[in-house]
Amino acid sequence: MVMIFGKPLPLLFGQLLLGIINGSFYAMLSMGLAIIFGLLRIINFAHGAMFMVGAFVTWGLFTYLHVGYWGALICAPIIVGIFGIILERLFIRRIYKLDILYGLLLTFGIALVLQGLATNYFGVSGVSYDPPASLSTVVNLGFMYLPAYRGIVVIAAIIICFGTWFVIEKTRLGALLRAATENPALVQAFGVNVPRLVALTFGGGVALAALAGVLAAPLYSVNPGMGSDLIDTVFAVVVIGGMGSIGGAILTGFGLGIIEGFTDVFYPPGSAVVVFVVMAIVLLVRPAGLFGKIA
Amino acid sequence: MTRRATLGTAIAATAAALPGFRARAATGKSLTIGVCSDFSGVYSDIGGKTSVACVHQAIEDFGAAAKGYNITVIQGDHQNKPDVGAGLARQWFDNGVDMLIDVPNSAVGLAIANVAAAKNKTYINSNSATSLLTGKRCNASTIHWTYDTYMLSHSTGGAMVASGGKTWFFITANYAFGQLLRDQTSAVIKAAGGKVVGDVDYPFPQTTDFSSFLLQAQSSGAQVLGLANAGKDTVNSIKQAHQFGITQSGMKIAGLLIYLNDVHGMGLDIAQGLVLTESFYWNMNDHTRAFTKRVLPKTPNNYPSMAQAGCYSGTLHFLKAVDILGVPAASNGAAVVAQMKKMPTSDDAFGQCTIREDGRFMCPSYLFRVKKPGESSIPWDYYDLLHTTSAEQTFAPLATEGCPLVKA
Amino acid sequence: MFGFSRAQSIGFAILLLLVILAPFFLYPIVVMQVMCYALFAMGTNLLMGSVGLLSLGQAAYFGLGGYVAGYLVQTVGFTPELGIIAGGLAGALLGAAFGWLAIRRQDIYFAMITLALAQIVYFAAVQATGFTGGENGIQGIPRGALFGHLALANDRAMYALVAVIFLAGVLFIHRIVHSPFGQVVKAVRDNEPRTISLGYRSENYKRIIFVLAALLAGVAGATKAMVMGIETLSDVGAITSGLVVLMVLLGGIGTIFGPIVGALIVVAMQYYLAPFGAWVVVIQGSIFVVCVLVFRRGIIGELAYLLKAPL
Repeated sequence: MVMIFGKPLPLLFGQLLLGIINGSFYAMLSMGLAIIFGLLRIINFAHGAMFMVGAFVTWGLFTYLHVGYWGALICAPIIVGIFGIILERLFIRRIYKLDILYGLLLTFGIALVLQGLATNYFGVSGVSYDPPASLSTVVNLGFMYLPAYRGIVVIAAIIICFGTWFVIEKTRLGALLRAATENPALVQAFGVNVPRLVALTFGGGVALAALAGVLAAPLYSVNPGMGSDLIDTVFAVVVIGGMGSIGGAILTGFGLGIIEGFTDVFYPPGSAVVVFVVMAIVLLVRPAGLFGKIA
Repeated sequence: MTRRATLGTAIAATAAALPGFRARAATGKSLTIGVCSDFSGVYSDIGGKTSVACVHQAIEDFGAAAKGYNITVIQGDHQNKPDVGAGLARQWFDNGVDMLIDVPNSAVGLAIANVAAAKNKTYINSNSATSLLTGKRCNASTIHWTYDTYMLSHSTGGAMVASGGKTWFFITANYAFGQLLRDQTSAVIKAAGGKVVGDVDYPFPQTTDFSSFLLQAQSSGAQVLGLANAGKDTVNSIKQAHQFGITQSGMKIAGLLIYLNDVHGMGLDIAQGLVLTESFYWNMNDHTRAFTKRVLPKTPNNYPSMAQAGCYSGTLHFLKAVDILGVPAASNGAAVVAQMKKMPTSDDAFGQCTIREDGRFMCPSYLFRVKKPGESSIPWDYYDLLHTTSAEQTFAPLATEGCPLVKA
Repeated sequence: MFGFSRAQSIGFAILLLLVILAPFFLYPIVVMQVMCYALFAMGTNLLMGSVGLLSLGQAAYFGLGGYVAGYLVQTVGFTPELGIIAGGLAGALLGAAFGWLAIRRQDIYFAMITLALAQIVYFAAVQATGFTGGENGIQGIPRGALFGHLALANDRAMYALVAVIFLAGVLFIHRIVHSPFGQVVKAVRDNEPRTISLGYRSENYKRIIFVLAALLAGVAGATKAMVMGIETLSDVGAITSGLVVLMVLLGGIGTIFGPIVGALIVVAMQYYLAPFGAWVVVIQGSIFVVCVLVFRRGIIGELAYLLKAPL
């Protein structure tokens, strides 16, 4: 067996793959966060909770309405997106004029409420959700057995990330959003309904989180803590990548997933903390992040 | 009066008016039993509400009402945190609770043992695994019921090694229970000429994704995957092991601590063939079936497994002891426990057993194999009995435990 | 007296009275916990109120203080007062190191760095099982004897010690805020460029406040470890960091008595609402939301606004 640094090659490939799978979720979630921060200047600490709500909605759609996985992929983000728009109208709209940290505290509070409600109704261990039968096979890759579903998640994530990046950077809608970020008053003067744009953007960012939740539901058991487990790492990804940069968020998300995967092989306890070490270093050396535009 | 003073008085008044504390009935024979368990987390199925139901059943079977007893049962969720559990125990013992029972999660179990010893109150741990409770951490007011890590490591561990599993890779819950179980099972493996080729410790209780550890286990080439964890962690590990083709590649799974409720959670498709050790099975004989039939209405969706049956057995024995000593003596933990050790136990769940000097409840243990999907005819009928181990063989010899209570 | 205004003197007198009378009406352990968390919150309030910095990782110093005290008292045999002092110093040292790193950045980046550093401390606590006991924590910390002579096992005796530490903390903080040093710090918060142009090195002032906040957190953590006899990972965790911010926000950022009220309410909620399980979390979250939206001054802050007097 070929060994690299004392670890067998199949294990390294396997961990690399697992790292890319985790990185998919980091990328999807940090992308939504970056979009929301870019336009609304809101640090959405409730993003992880929206991810969790998306997963629970997926389970609920199946359990109560018998809507399967494929239906949930479409319905759950829409439902959670609308919920996000309502939140924006009711709460978040009121604090735009305040110090940015109040936004952090507000969304943190919202996250706690959502997590607490979920824990009350579903218990700390949550519920389980099986992947659709068509994707439940196991593929023998030679160096490891890969559940087919996990492989599909990576492909789906790449498509979603690329799609979103394309819309923001290359289409007219994206240009409008970027313009509204830089100068909302001017854009409004041109007749664009900026508040509506803002609400839709928040809803969109949140819907992205929910979509990630749908993908995650069969993978990690659907439990109330699944969002808060990820949110700190996702924030680290956004900060490292640069808070306004969507491309940066995507690349950093996948990159950190891979770094985490390798750390798991060589120093397993360190995988939980390597993200924060990297974040601390980047913040001290390049405060705007690796790809950031804001100082 | 400023608002702040008003607030302070209001809180003081509310606190004094709270029910249950400092409110012992002046007349009648009153006792309070506290069930400290996990009601919402990874151990909620093997403890939780079913444990409370079993305690109520014991009070009923004891005939408390007819004998003039007024017994209150309170419950508290330790959330798998030692500080929360210890804080609850301290608060309960300071405010009139006579006996604390259950406590899944060995770290919490040990923390409460400290408090029970300091306050000299009766503590029956029927749900933690750590054999330290009758070893270095034993004390005069604590009894360890049902099972311990020694039983698991020798019975399940021994059986796996004997059937050809010589090389092991462990996935261990990184706290008191997992570490001890892994260490004791490793000793059994080495004594039988086997080898531990690897071990990975994962953070407990927040880990739900075991894929990375399973990958490492697979690449180690070990014959046996040893799971030094319990409850939902075990269920998730085994489910994911199937997803990653571990069993397909020929590796055997040794679930060192598996309960009936876990098998129910996994389903026979996944759980079939698993070998495990429990000291109680509801469908074993007429007595156990009768007990189960009585308690089921109180816990309709969850059959009792060994730890919950231990709550029943322990509570019953406690009440018998207090009956002899008299209620005023119930608040003296060491006295009650001494009495409990003098009397042999007798109940429908475990039969006739004894309690040893070090607080160890001595009962036989049973090696079971999980049935195949076709073999099970009635609900929750999951086990085939492979082997019975006598009480003396099940638990560590008194001399090796290192309990300070035992004169050398 | 002590530089208290009239309203503040009355407030302090009420506080003194409550501290003395509380153990006769309430479970002393809970009151001691309130005092420890109040001290912790007061330190964090120094950071949030006087300097205007939001730290998301104060639990690192709180927990470290507890671990150091617990370890020294249990394993090395320190007397309790030395353990608490050592805990405070440990917090202060960590605060000096982390503060030096974090102060270089502003606002959200400062907050994220404190979060990252606290997570690193949590991870270190999980790994250093010889010192911290890992997931099991340090259990069975003996209360020992104060100065080697006064036994603290009795809850009443321990209560007296905690009360003294707590009240001393209140006076200490008040002194700092109402000193020339405190005035400069306020100036830094209100208009940093002008303060710098006047010749003050604003970063140094911020760093000192950061260290003081960490010192108080360390003392609070150490005292709590002695009271409860146990120190676990919860005390270095993100939840504790979030809770102390909630206490400061709810009580009123920048007030003297605010953090105390905030700590009282949050601890009381944890205790008396515990049977309701996760509803406590829902309520805590709702309080955050309500405070940020309509109640930014906090309880004592609103009271001070109505009385037109600082509290």
